[in-house]
Amino acid sequence: MTQTHRIPGKGLLIDRARPVRFTFDGVEVQGFHGDTLASALLANGQRMIARSFKYHRPRGVMTAGSEDPSALVEVLEGSQQTPNVRATTQEIHEGLTARSQNRIGSLRHDLLAVNDWLAPFFSAGFYYKTFMWPRAFWERLYEPAIRRAAGLGSLSGHHDVAVYEKAWAHCDLLVIGAGPAGLMAALTAARAGAEVILADEDVRMGGRLLSDQPAVGGLSGPDWAARTVAELAAMPNVRLMTRTTVTGAYDDGTFGALERVGLHVPAPGDLPRECFWRIVARRAILAAGALERPIAHPDNDRPGVMLASGLVSHVAKWGVNPGRVVIFSNNDSGLATARHLTAQGIEIAAYVDPRAIPVTEDFPVYAQATVTGTRGRHGLRDVAVTHAGGTSMIPARTLALAGGWNPTLHLTCHMNGRPVWEESLAAFVPKPGMVPGLSVAGAARGRFSTAACLADGVEVAGEVLRDLSLRPKKTPVPEAEDAPYAIAPLWAVDAGGRAWLDFANDVTTKDVRLAAQEGYASVEHMKRYTTQGMAPDQGKSSNVAALAVLAEATGQGIPATGTTTYRPPFVPVSIGALGAGGRAEGFAPQRLLTSDAKSRAMGAPMIEAGLWYRPSYFPRAGENDWRTACDREVAQVREAVGTCDVSTLGKIDVQGRDAARFLDFVYTNTMSTLKPGRVRYGLMLREDGFVMDDGTCARLAEDHFLVTTTTAAAGLVMRHMDFVHQAFCADWDVRLISVTEAWAQFALAGPKSRAVLASLGIRADLPFMGCTHIDLGGVRARLFRISFSGEEGYEIAVPTRYGASLFEALLSAVHAEGGCAYGMEALNVLRIEKGFITHAEIHGRVTADDVGLGRMVSAKKDCIGKAAAHRPGLTEPGREQLVGLMPVNQGETLSAGAHLYNERDLATRENNQGYVTSVAPSPTLGCWLGLGFVKDGRSRMGQVIRLDDGLRGHKVLVEICDPVFFDPEGGRMRG
Amino acid sequence: MRIPCPCCGSRDRREFTYYGASVFLDRPAEDAGLEAWDAYLHLRDNPAGVTRDLWYHDPCQSWIEVERDTVTHAILSTAPVARRRA
Repeated sequence: MTQTHRIPGKGLLIDRARPVRFTFDGVEVQGFHGDTLASALLANGQRMIARSFKYHRPRGVMTAGSEDPSALVEVLEGSQQTPNVRATTQEIHEGLTARSQNRIGSLRHDLLAVNDWLAPFFSAGFYYKTFMWPRAFWERLYEPAIRRAAGLGSLSGHHDVAVYEKAWAHCDLLVIGAGPAGLMAALTAARAGAEVILADEDVRMGGRLLSDQPAVGGLSGPDWAARTVAELAAMPNVRLMTRTTVTGAYDDGTFGALERVGLHVPAPGDLPRECFWRIVARRAILAAGALERPIAHPDNDRPGVMLASGLVSHVAKWGVNPGRVVIFSNNDSGLATARHLTAQGIEIAAYVDPRAIPVTEDFPVYAQATVTGTRGRHGLRDVAVTHAGGTSMIPARTLALAGGWNPTLHLTCHMNGRPVWEESLAAFVPKPGMVPGLSVAGAARGRFSTAACLADGVEVAGEVLRDLSLRPKKTPVPEAEDAPYAIAPLWAVDAGGRAWLDFANDVTTKDVRLAAQEGYASVEHMKRYTTQGMAPDQGKSSNVAALAVLAEATGQGIPATGTTTYRPPFVPVSIGALGAGGRAEGFAPQRLLTSDAKSRAMGAPMIEAGLWYRPSYFPRAGENDWRTACDREVAQVREAVGTCDVSTLGKIDVQGRDAARFLDFVYTNTMSTLKPGRVRYGLMLREDGFVMDDGTCARLAEDHFLVTTTTAAAGLVMRHMDFVHQAFCADWDVRLISVTEAWAQFALAGPKSRAVLASLGIRADLPFMGCTHIDLGGVRARLFRISFSGEEGYEIAVPTRYGASLFEALLSAVHAEGGCAYGMEALNVLRIEKGFITHAEIHGRVTADDVGLGRMVSAKKDCIGKAAAHRPGLTEPGREQLVGLMPVNQGETLSAGAHLYNERDLATRENNQGYVTSVAPSPTLGCWLGLGFVKDGRSRMGQVIRLDDGLRGHKVLVEICDPVFFDPEGGRMRG
Repeated sequence: MRIPCPCCGSRDRREFTYYGASVFLDRPAEDAGLEAWDAYLHLRDNPAGVTRDLWYHDPCQSWIEVERDTVTHAILSTAPVARRRA
């Protein structure tokens, strides 16, 4: 193929000096730089590009934009394979591979074309009525078969490795669409000093000016557009965004927009394929123009049947030669198109119009006539025109349909607004105020002539500028054609045979009438019954005609029938673009400890805790599983000393004269009696009486506290404390700030921890639960004597920038004392041996009393959650209480999540006695240990109960015991 | 959706954490009785129209009372909750 269907000298967007080779269905095709896949294939005489959704009918290109219902293709290969790309928007580049889709065999000889012969059986509701029985066949046979036969493109089956991007932009005014109205609106606003973003879906700005090419202000349409765009581009307060489709209107001036960035570039390198923009605009103007609609007549779907506007664009922008053209129109714009094409040397074989119009044109006119059929198996050959004198078969290569224009008002409906029917235009037009802050200008609100669009852009921009308190400068409206628009609605031609309304989902007039007949007379029901408007094009070319046919069938009239709801997005948006950056490591932030690099270098597998990454264990040579390393680490802590990075705990700095009073209100226990230099364990409730979090509270000075939270609840507790402060005691002298990231903090635990401190030059004369400032090699650090292991324990905190070097120093010192670094596994074993709780136990449904800390709720003062904690349901007998669990046969394992039943009871919900929250293999006690909750557990010590893990099929008899398994007197910890 | 933070100006809703109806500001006395506490903790209106609720602006840590319309999504007013006590 060698571009046989190109008009010499025509084609605004193509560069004939730059040929581009690509493949379509494996065949190499040549086009020019600037071509779309559609224009290049048409220029090579290839009219058939796709197979239709249901009947596998040959389909071609209907439009020159993103609204095309038919010309869907797959592009790229391997993991880059992208289905359902509209050939009308995909720009070609060297090496592009494209394939037709939804076929078995070749495009020309699709085996599934048999569906077309079976069409009488496939009307609306066919599946619902037919594949009812036997029931079991649906999932196994019917559905897979139907999905295979009716469908769109295919997925690669690989991860989408393409790069996507997301971005935010802010402006005073967002202008959507850069046709005559949009350009004038942007110009008016920009000259007045507004920050303007002008977004346009196409490669070049100008809209219909580039296709219809009317004279504007003494220049050709394209020249005037180019000059205006150049003026805008030179202004610092204007941002021009081409290839950018505004996809949705959201609350408070937020718009979604999809920019095509790399899909048209041969070697995109680091360029993202697409960028999803969130544009926040104080005001917006929708100047998206109007979309032409087809007329439903028999066999109106053959390759070669186009919309008149699509044909004009292909001629003007890409120099496509359509051959002999028949135009079927019910309005003046179709007639203007016929004259325009004739003037450019295109042969109009017939102009067909149902109206009684004069026949004095330079081409054959069939007035009071309709197109009643077409012929041509893989592409249009003849058009049947029925007129007063009978039916003529007119040979033609292209049939252009001009059924009138629908204002592109979709965005105005995105917040549930409903457009109104405008009889004179036979179209829906937007009402003012459908989306707050969004005005509509030009053809998008039914002002169709070039002059009207230009003037409307200036006028609407003027109104918007006044809202923005900016003064519009005088912007003269250039002169242009101002032809009136007259239309005689014609939605469907009934002449036997199938007449397509929705080309994308293969919905014909017959289907819509059947829906009405079977009771689906509401437009929303008709849509779902027939699937009209539910394809990737969302019925852009078919919605209005379909509801008009429905209105006719029900006799309700169009305004009473109404439209279906237009929802975002205006064009399909890939999930990749919406979730740009959110895959794999981008899914969530990664918080890394100052010890992270060293821990990884030591071979520690990292485990995610909240957003933090913490070492699970530090394997030594010969330790091939977590258990061996963990047992050794626990033993070293109990016998010598260990160190562990505990920086992930939330740290909140509380200061002020009323800081103690505030903490008394937030914690169940009393913090105001704490002496400076001392630390107290604290428990915090939610206002509904359940435990929220626990932690320590250190009084660094009279008016200065440092409280810690659990890792997981750090953000929650900060928010909660801010709420209590701001809502209930904003007048107190107290200030809170999170200092979690400001301090790196390391635990030292074990009988030799004091020796380690000494080797670091730290005097360790601190009592249990004491805290102090220390000098650590010239760095002001903090030392706390607290323990989460049950051993003599300290925590050293240094400003984060010293964390890595402190960890190194601690490692050497600990190794010298026969100790080690320990990870999360050992930390968990150590705390379970001591019965210390974590969020496995304080999971949001337990009270202070349930976890054995009822005495920590002070009777002497109010605190958050205190009143509700005394509710009958939270204080009555029968609640599940925290207990320890040990296997009766020492060698048996326990499992977390298991439920507990009396020994002879069945494992039913009614018999449930409680559940297991944490388990660990204890090298210290030589068996597995568990923590869990048992009904009235504290009065059942010594009883044997059955642990039943239905999920893992694991049953063990366990003895209920005190949750503190090791050193219950705490002598080791107090040292 | 955008919320005008009294501290930072108009910000996208992704910066905020929602908390529920602003009646949560009217904390009963400790001894107000079960019914009052039940109402405070659990009973909420579900208005189609104007509602007042609590939002936390994470970047500046302000709790904000937002008056808005659940039908039109319009934000009618915002104020820091701290203003009630300060």
